[in-house]
Order: sequence, then C-alpha cells, then structure tokens
Amino acid sequence: MARKLRVRKHRVILNRSAGGDAGITVMLIILGALMFLPMYYSLITSLKPLDELWLFPPRFYVTNPTLKNYGDLFKLMSTSWVPFSRYIFNTVLITVAGTFGNLCLGSLAAYALSKIPFPGKNVMFRMIVLSLMFVSTITGIANFITFSTLGLVDNLLAIILPACCSTLGLYLMKQFMDSSVSNEALESARLDGASEFRVFWSIAMPMVKPAWLTLIVYSFQGLWNTGASIYIHSEQLKTFNYAISQILSAGIIRAGASTAAMVIMMIVPVTVFVITQSNIIETMSSSGMKD
Amino acid sequence: MSQNTAVKEQKAKPVSRKDMTKAQWTWKEMKKNKAGYFMVAPFFILFFVFTVVPVFLSMILSFTSFNLLEMPKVVWLDNYVRLFLDDDIFLTAVQNTLIFAVFTGPISYLLSLFVAWFINELSPRMRAFVTLIFYAPSISGAMYSIFGILFSSDRYGYVNAFLIEYNFIDEPIQFFQNASYVMPLCILVALWTSLGVTFLSFIAGLQTVDVSLYEAGAIDGVRNRWQELWYITLPTMKEQLMFGAVMSITGSFGFGGIVTALAGFPSVDYCAWTIMHHLEDYGGQRFEVGYSSAIATILFIMMITSNLLIKKLLSKVGQ
Repeated sequence: MARKLRVRKHRVILNRSAGGDAGITVMLIILGALMFLPMYYSLITSLKPLDELWLFPPRFYVTNPTLKNYGDLFKLMSTSWVPFSRYIFNTVLITVAGTFGNLCLGSLAAYALSKIPFPGKNVMFRMIVLSLMFVSTITGIANFITFSTLGLVDNLLAIILPACCSTLGLYLMKQFMDSSVSNEALESARLDGASEFRVFWSIAMPMVKPAWLTLIVYSFQGLWNTGASIYIHSEQLKTFNYAISQILSAGIIRAGASTAAMVIMMIVPVTVFVITQSNIIETMSSSGMKD
Repeated sequence: MSQNTAVKEQKAKPVSRKDMTKAQWTWKEMKKNKAGYFMVAPFFILFFVFTVVPVFLSMILSFTSFNLLEMPKVVWLDNYVRLFLDDDIFLTAVQNTLIFAVFTGPISYLLSLFVAWFINELSPRMRAFVTLIFYAPSISGAMYSIFGILFSSDRYGYVNAFLIEYNFIDEPIQFFQNASYVMPLCILVALWTSLGVTFLSFIAGLQTVDVSLYEAGAIDGVRNRWQELWYITLPTMKEQLMFGAVMSITGSFGFGGIVTALAGFPSVDYCAWTIMHHLEDYGGQRFEVGYSSAIATILFIMMITSNLLIKKLLSKVGQ
C-alpha cells in the first residue's frame, strides 16, 4: 500500500512532460512487443494443426487450434530408449535435492556471515562476491577430475553437490539479512540463552522469507534447465531438458512437437516467477554491492 | 551454551583489546564465535571443493600436458604458446568472445536500466505484468530455439517468408549458414534472453529511492525526468548499479549455449566460435586437460579483470 501511495505522490510533485510520457509509452510498447512476439509465436506454432504448420507464408495466428502437437511430443518421447518418465524423474530429483541443499547450506552460511562477528568472515564474503564474477563452465574440467577421483562420474550427485554451493542465493540472502534483520532481536534471544542455531532458525529465518523464496527460485530455475552434462553418460540419468534438446536438434521437420516441448519447459519457471515475483523484487532491493 | 559462558567470562574479567596482541585477540574472538564456523562450514567445504580448488587446479594444470590416463607432465608455458601462436581457431574465439561481451554486456545493462526506469511509475499491477514480459525470456529454458524456426531458410522461416512476400529478396537467406549473419543474430538472441537478475535488481533499486529526495531535488531546480535520473536516482542506487554490472558482465561471457543451439557446433567457418566452445571442445570432448585448463584460465582472467575494471569505473560515478 505504501508503495502505491509513493508512486502517486511522486507523480503529483514532479513535472512530467506529456511528450516524455508518450515517448516512453511508445518505446515500452515496441520493446515489449519485440520481447513477447517470439514467445507468442512458439505458443501459436505449438497449437497449429499439421496443415497450418505447412502453410506458406507462415501465419502469426492459428485458425483451428489443437493440442495434437503435445500428444505427438509424448508419443515421440515414449519411443525413446528410456521411458520418458525417467527423464522427468531425474530432472525433478536434481531440482528438489539441489534446491533443498542450497537452501539449507546457503541460509546457514548467510546467517553466520551476516550476524556472527567471527574473524575471517569478510574474506569469505569477498570470495563469494568474486565467485559471482565468473561462469561455472571454467571449473568444469577440474571438477571432472574431482568427480572421477570420488567415483561420482555418472552419478546425479555430480550435479546436485555443486548446486548446493551455488553462491547467488547466498549472496542475496546475506545482503537481505544485513538490511532487514535487526541485531537487537537476535541479541535479546541470545541473552535468554538461545543457541546460535536456535536464533537462526526461530528468529532470523522467519524474518527473511522473501530471501529464501528468492534463493529457491534461482536454484530451481538453474537446475530445472540442466541439460547435457560432461559428468553424466548413461541415458537413464539424463534430464528432461536433454531429452527435449534431442527433439529440437532433430530439426525443423518437427516444428510442432519442438515448440510444444519449448512451451512445456517454459511454463514451470514462468509460473514460479509469477507467484514469487513480489518477494523476489523485495529481496533485490537489498542486492546492492558495496565498495 | 558455550556462547553463554563466553559472555559470562567476559563480564567477570573485562579485558580490553589493548591488553592483548592481535593474535590473542583474534583467537579469543574465534573461540567466542565458534558457532559461526560451524554454520558456514557445510557450505564453504562444498564451495572450496567445487569452485575455489578447481580454479587453482586449472591454473596449475594449465602448465602441464595431461590426458587423464597418464601422469601429468610439466610443460611450463607450452600450452599458452600453442594457444596464442599455433591455434588460429582460438584467436577467432577470443575475438568473437570479446565482440559478444562488448555488445551484449553494455546493451543488456542499459536495456535493463532503462526498461526498469520506464516502468517505475506504472501502477504496481501493470508494473508486475510488464516485468513478467521482459523477464520471461531469460528464464524460459530453450525457448530461444524459436529463433531457429523464425529465421530458418525453409517453409517455416517466418522472416524469409515475410521478406519474399514483400519482394525484398527472391530466395531465402540461409541465416545460420552465412557467416555474416550468424554473429549479429546470436547477439540479438542473447540480448533477448539477457534481462535477468540485473533487470530485477534495478526495478527494486528504483522502487527504494526515497521520495523526499525527489521533492528536495524539485525545489533545488531539477527540471525534468532526465536530470532527476542523473542527479538523484542513479547516485542513490549506486550499489544496485554495481551488482547489476557484475551480473551483466558475467552473463555476457556465458552465451555459448545459445550459439550452439542456433548455429551448431561448430558454427560455419567458426564464425561464432567463442572461448566457451573451445573449452568444451578440448575439455569435454578431446580430454586434453592441460590445454583446456589453459583456456579456462584465460577465460577466468578475462572475466575477473573486466569485472574488477568496471567495478572500479562505476565506483567513480557521482564522486
């Protein structure tokens, strides 16, 4: 409510030229259309019956929408070596286990880095920030050596374990705790004799719900889209995204089924975002990087 | 409970920091706050094993020749010499990576900033809706493959059909087989997916600017929204700008997957081959560990330096 009022107030006070407003609206509509059209086109294509798929020139709308492409997709999937449900099971397993691990380890560490003044924590946090500055691909080959030493090649743990220590969620949660968990509340609980873990669990965590939702969403999005990996060879350990990319690479001939696949892959993360959007934005308000 | 006794001890015998050497004081603090170490331990053990150690391991292995079967053999700078003097494809990859980063990084950063700024004064409901439209491409998995269909050269290719229909061209353009189109198209698609964390961070940053600052600014002679953006908004959200820069730069080096999906592996004449692809080729397929570690190390150095450089530049803003 406060936020809404603020916007209105903001409008009244400052002189905004009508021309500027119009220009910005036009820009937004053009940019928005460019962003939206590719998604719209895949949705439309996935609903086209065969004769409309082959129309020339292709149309931007569909006259007789059908779900047949989705049916075809599942038929295609069931002809693969491994039952299709296995791919989905793998993806769900990786996603749930990795996200849960990241949430537990990440929020514990975020709390300690934010609220316990132990020597060395600044160095640790600096390492976390540095880790945001490079993509994980560069550790791939060294990790392969680690996994083969540990005997974890061709084991889903090779995907789950690194996901548990992904740093973006930890970073966001630590920043959020810095700005929205007051030290007084924690201190009084400590004086009452609560252990540090108890303070974390029953006082700090309930106060940072937006941050843990954000951590879950980011971890989830990353893992949900896990595709082919150099650590996994067996077909029965491959993911849903991998199976779908196989269909996509079969080419344009299967435009109907492949757009159906894209839409299915998209719907889950987008729905999750719609539900959690306000929490994520709230978390992001303290995402700033000092120095 | 240890916490409690530590507190009591401190009360019973007040010792000021001056009475101890730095090492003593640190040791005391460490003991007092040992719960902190237990709490960070699980995360940091994994973080060391899977992120910190691999970075250093790659650096060390980059001085060796190693195929995972025999013992690594130290070859000092041979891998780097081979990369820069004997490997033409690597030089193409460096060039393409830089082009990619220079285009996608700053453009997606500015796009995030301006779109976030444009939608800042919409009503909350409308803002949430527009946010979703701009943000969705970055989280929609393999959705970018639709560009392969839109730009394809056969009957499904919407763009070609459109151009032929209106007589711009006579026969379809082979967008992803023609070296002069591949890079620009891939950059375009990368930009389409690039309004991610940075964008959300800016939306939030703009929302938290204190309204009273705008009032004060209006009194002090801020005339229009541009002056307001430059003199009030941007300096106030500097920390967000910094975080956004880091996310955008890191992202701008990581678009290899899009190129592979659209232009193939390898792309025609290696025209969109990036360091990521080179790494994948030597590390993931040929298992030349020493050589690919050298590639990884170079990529690592490129990413860290550009990040630190931009961070330094941004910290000068408004000073």
